[in-house]
Amino acid sequence: MAVREQVLDESVVRSQGGRVDLVVVAEMVAPGSRVLDVGSGDGALLELLATTRQCDARGIELSREGVNAGVSRGLAVIQGDADVDLAHYPDDAFDYVILSQTLQATRRPRWVLEQMLRIGRRAVVSFPNFGHWRSRLDLLVNGRMPLTENMPVPWYDTPNIHFCTIRDFVELVEILDARMEKAVALDSSGHRVRVNMPWWVWNLLGEQAVFLLSRKNAGRPG
Amino acid sequence: MTSFVPQDATSLLPNIEAKARQEVNEPHSAVVRFGADQPLRLDAGVALPHLQIAYQTYGEPNAARSNAILVCHALTGDQHAANPNPVTGKPGWWETLVGPGKPIDTERFFVISSNVLGGCMGTTGPASLNPATGRAYGLDMPVVTIRDMVNAQAMLLDHLGIEKLLCVAGGSMGGMQVLQWAASYPERVFSALPIATGARHSAQNIAFHEVGRQAVMADPDWRGGRYLAEGVTPHRGLAVARMAAHITYLSDQALHRKFGRRLQDRANPTFGFDADFQVESYLRHQGESFVQRFDANSYLYVTRAMDYFDLAEDYGGVLANAFAGSKTRFCLVSFTSDWLFPTEDSRAIVHALNASGASVSFAEIVSDKGHDAFLLEEPELFAITRGFLDSAARAFGLPPGREG
Repeated sequence: MAVREQVLDESVVRSQGGRVDLVVVAEMVAPGSRVLDVGSGDGALLELLATTRQCDARGIELSREGVNAGVSRGLAVIQGDADVDLAHYPDDAFDYVILSQTLQATRRPRWVLEQMLRIGRRAVVSFPNFGHWRSRLDLLVNGRMPLTENMPVPWYDTPNIHFCTIRDFVELVEILDARMEKAVALDSSGHRVRVNMPWWVWNLLGEQAVFLLSRKNAGRPG
Repeated sequence: MTSFVPQDATSLLPNIEAKARQEVNEPHSAVVRFGADQPLRLDAGVALPHLQIAYQTYGEPNAARSNAILVCHALTGDQHAANPNPVTGKPGWWETLVGPGKPIDTERFFVISSNVLGGCMGTTGPASLNPATGRAYGLDMPVVTIRDMVNAQAMLLDHLGIEKLLCVAGGSMGGMQVLQWAASYPERVFSALPIATGARHSAQNIAFHEVGRQAVMADPDWRGGRYLAEGVTPHRGLAVARMAAHITYLSDQALHRKFGRRLQDRANPTFGFDADFQVESYLRHQGESFVQRFDANSYLYVTRAMDYFDLAEDYGGVLANAFAGSKTRFCLVSFTSDWLFPTEDSRAIVHALNASGASVSFAEIVSDKGHDAFLLEEPELFAITRGFLDSAARAFGLPPGREG
């Protein structure tokens, strides 16, 4: 990536307690692109994309608080439900469609991914890895659903209804017949897991994963 | 009378009516008159040869005339958005939002507000003098549409030397005008803020309007629309129309919170048909004060314009086509308790804008105030309006506003 000179220094973000995954996501987006952020939250990624990547960045967000905060800051955010509203966008409307830490909260993850690859030429997906060793250990030792910094809410209250592991996600990408252009796994301290490691290491050490996907063919994904 | 009417109000009412009559042709506003050489071509297929538009402006245009915001009023509003109303003496209808330091900041923006075509506050409408006959138009006035209103506003902007608007903003019927502006004159609208509105008037809304019009026309004093010439006014019919309409502007919750089942100045029901309940008394007052300031025929015309509004129909039935290729930035706002223009109406517009690739924001605000929320104290609406306009102004190349 020729974007290293941008102000997206991961170590700085880490030291400031910022979200490294957002930086990783933003780095996967070519400057000046048209971007749709699905589940844009308070608009942090939209702002990052607009200010550091000069993107025409728009968001969909379910929570009214998130939407109102974003619009009040001058961001283009609509109140909506990704599980429903993505159907209303035309093919190829965006260069990138981003799903940042939201996949696990959708009702229909597969459908959402299909829509993303239809609406955008590329899709960027980041999610917490349920296959991380700490989750596995929690389940193995305590016999309880894991509670970690990235998954702090108990199972009965969490909006995260579709957790998956990195391996699971890779399998879904294959089912969708999408091309995996880039993949990054971040360990629990926000550092990248080394690229030349095999999948099972990523799946064990990666607490979060970020994937850049594209359609294999120009037509609609199956 | 009721506790909702000040003691001396009854004596003031004829005065208000006289003032309202005066505004029709000689308003307390700036006026632009277009002669027969500049007729307004109407959707009804005829031309209006003598158009008068009454308008107010707030703030100053900048050198490039690039800081203009047009605010569009709702059914019974007028051009007095941010100054005391010359007829009623009440504050302007959008003083919550428009003024120095307010979200539509008149220290920064040049705000234009005009009375709609078909209105009765100085822009040509059925109560206006028809130069051809020397009498009020009455029903000789052609039926007008939202698009006609917008085309008239475009003539006003030409007159004011405003090529492109930073923003068009409005709620309810004002929001319809905003949408029509974006569809008819996309190159003249940098940003659009339609609030509590829809891309078409629903069957239910048409039905409510029809009840109102029938009430007016059933009043013997309507005289087939010639009441002005015959020196009467259909007060009772118009008051009933207003009462029915007013209910649709509120919500069940808001009515309950305001009035509940409380009785009006009495301990027990009277076992008669006087206004026993506070809510009855309130509605009667709404009706009575409305008829003093608003022309009955104008009410017929403007409600009709809303009924005819169906933006998609003008674009092959596909709303997205109305905004095809639009560069305008949109921000839509709806309110949870608004059942006249429910959130689904706004969402349908958002979907169409998404489909056409336009830049759009959309927020639904939690409020129990019903449709009227867009006129009331709604801090989230203020924050959203301010943020949206700030961002639009920046993108349009205006210098930043003052902090806060």
